Amino acid sequence: MIPELGHFSLIVALMLALVQGVLPIWGAARGNAVLMGVARPVAVGQFVFVALAFGCLAYAFLDNDFSVQYVAQNSNSHLPAQYRFAALWGGHEGSLLLWTFLLTVWTVAVAQFSKHLPQEMVARVIGVMGLVSVGFLLFMLFLSNPFLRLLPAAADGRDLNPLLQDPGMVIHPPMLYMGYVGFSVAFAFALSALIGGQLDATWARWSRPWTTVAWVFLTLGIALGSGWAYYELGWGGWWFWDPVENASFMPWLVGTGLVHSLAVTEKRGAFKSWTVLLAIGAFSLSLLGTFLVRSGVLTSVHAFTTDPQRGFFILALLFVVIGSSLLLYAWRAPKIGLGGKFELVSRETFLLLNNVLLSVAAATVFLGTLYPLFVEALSSGQRKLSVGPPYFEAVFLPVMVPMVLLMALGPIARWKQANLSDIWRRVRWVAAGSLVLAIALPFALGKWTPLIALGLLLAFWVMGTVLADLRRRMVRDGGLKTQSPSYFGMQLAHLGIAVFIIGVTLVKGYETERDVRMAPGDTVVAGGYTFRFDGVQETAGPNYQAMQGRVIVSKGDKTVAQLYPEKRNYMTSGMPMTEAAIDIGLFRDLYVSLGEPIPDSNGAWAVRVYHKPFVDWIWGGCILMALGGILALSDRRYRIHARKKQATESSSTGAAREKGASVVANRSKTA
Amino acid sequence: MTPRQKKMTLFVSVAVAAGGLVAWLVVSALNKDGGINFSFTPSDVYDKKAPQGKSFRIGGLVVEHSVKRETDGLTVHFDVTDTARSMPVVYKGILPDLFKEGKGVVAQGKLESDGVFHADEVLAKHDENYMPPEAKRALDQAKAQTQAASAVVAAPASK
Repeated sequence: MIPELGHFSLIVALMLALVQGVLPIWGAARGNAVLMGVARPVAVGQFVFVALAFGCLAYAFLDNDFSVQYVAQNSNSHLPAQYRFAALWGGHEGSLLLWTFLLTVWTVAVAQFSKHLPQEMVARVIGVMGLVSVGFLLFMLFLSNPFLRLLPAAADGRDLNPLLQDPGMVIHPPMLYMGYVGFSVAFAFALSALIGGQLDATWARWSRPWTTVAWVFLTLGIALGSGWAYYELGWGGWWFWDPVENASFMPWLVGTGLVHSLAVTEKRGAFKSWTVLLAIGAFSLSLLGTFLVRSGVLTSVHAFTTDPQRGFFILALLFVVIGSSLLLYAWRAPKIGLGGKFELVSRETFLLLNNVLLSVAAATVFLGTLYPLFVEALSSGQRKLSVGPPYFEAVFLPVMVPMVLLMALGPIARWKQANLSDIWRRVRWVAAGSLVLAIALPFALGKWTPLIALGLLLAFWVMGTVLADLRRRMVRDGGLKTQSPSYFGMQLAHLGIAVFIIGVTLVKGYETERDVRMAPGDTVVAGGYTFRFDGVQETAGPNYQAMQGRVIVSKGDKTVAQLYPEKRNYMTSGMPMTEAAIDIGLFRDLYVSLGEPIPDSNGAWAVRVYHKPFVDWIWGGCILMALGGILALSDRRYRIHARKKQATESSSTGAAREKGASVVANRSKTA
Repeated sequence: MTPRQKKMTLFVSVAVAAGGLVAWLVVSALNKDGGINFSFTPSDVYDKKAPQGKSFRIGGLVVEHSVKRETDGLTVHFDVTDTARSMPVVYKGILPDLFKEGKGVVAQGKLESDGVFHADEVLAKHDENYMPPEAKRALDQAKAQTQAASAVVAAPASK
């Protein structure tokens, strides 16, 4: 009964989404306030029904209702409750439901926090989001319905893939999807501006916070996924250039470009068409990412099941979304104009270069990710190939090096017209200092390679310019109190990049990875630490049996850590799994995972022993970036309660509304 | 040239140069060893279609009872088959959890002059019931070829 209720809710939601997608946009075109007024209540209604469907599926999981096919495939009665809940998005159908649910959450948020926006704008934005929702609900109802019954019911479920039974996996997909789906807001704002033909600084200021929120979620989502791969896959890597990782990385690259491009559009009214194009691009890549993950179109370690039948619908949906928005763009963009002019040397130019480089980086990743698909399609399946990390590393580095070098100069350069010699005077000490440090430091660390020096140079360069700018503003421009939160947010995010680069450089340059055979009592040295293997013994978890090893790590005479890596065997699926043991530290991780027992030996195992210096800085950098985004959001320009207050004031009388609008306009000038 | 034309010429030439640079970068990166890895089946390797000394991937099933470990505990020898042909593979390191005899496998590495495929990576898949596409393709192709061959054999017999 409950699953049918969920199924039915989805159908109702589809009807509401259709209404939401058609009436408000039509109303905005005709200037019909009643039709436009439909947008908000219908959006809330759609949210209620999708949430109901989501709740029904969650109930089916928690209740172990194995008469539902999707539950039977992804859960098991022995699975702990929190993983039964997370199993909801462990497969393709549930992921789509999560996606749609988050879309309705975003829509309701837009409906709630847009009271101060012109009614046409709100109607169009919510309408476009409704149309996106229609596509997803159609796909779900016709091709991947999570509520399909399995008759007769299974006695027990096939269990959630053990790799996904992990706290990281509980929050990683929702985070990532919040990011993906969040770009739909930027996309909807861009399309509604195209439809309305009004694209100005105010428009940019409205869509900017939404884009930043989405970007923050995406950043955290990617970082979580990378962290999960690091400790859960048991081989100590944090990025594999796997198609699915790339799928989340491409919208991030374009989204990062969008965040910066929006800044220019807001402050200077420039880059308008480009901003719109980036918004379309970021969302299109998010859609692509969503489908690449679970549809099994690509060969990937993430590909769980393949269903070519869905491929056609996915292609059609992508075609409709990208095709129609680009058509709209081609038709309306000339009207929008290019916006403010700027000189060759100016902050605009630096931001433009940053945008171009980010887009080029996204394009090269796109090429490498989809190249195998193209070749396979062209050779009608005869030729199969994969593009490996050497490709990505070789293209990514040359594009990112100038990106990071320029990144430090953007915040220093003045809008409209800057002076190169002026900029040089301000950064020359930083440039000299970071160069000297970058060349000298690797010698002190014990190994000098050009790549290590280059990585350190980039990191010190960014850090140095950020600090120099902070200091300058502290001394010259009336102290730091006069600086806006968005300024600090930007600098914090840039510092995050520097921290990230330090992590990547040092872990790549100085890590020790040793695969060794270890009998009980054997020791191995990695990175100055001595690892002693004390053998394994059996233990049991809620739904698995495990062989648990004991490894004592010491430095000199001091014991640093006791690690308990496990080799688990999950009872239902019979899947073996390696659970690495990691001693986390600010400056190094000690990482041990068990390989396999060595037959005909005295309890010896193949053991993986890693010393990873500064590896946590990689994720620390991502967290700083996200914090920077959050800090920028706290800027008064975007503050929600200020808006609400303004909205209640302005809704009292028409005259007051006029006044409110002029207040908004004034603010945009002063900002 | 007017200043406007000059500006435009400069812009276009910079754009063309930058585009050329990126294209060169991409092509050279793809040609790097390990940049593009074509997949071959054991039958392809038997037919000498696979390159010598250049990195590629093979897919198929791990032959039952073929997995042998050297005394160091880390060097593993096994055979990969597409059911028509099989080939020896050697790998040093820890194998992924889902590596099992009789199951699908994808290995990346080089075919050395000793005729053994020296894998530097053995790929894991997340799901036990999931067959890596490369492995599946190898089996399908071998099956198609055997069927074609048996059809040829069967044809005269039916005369």
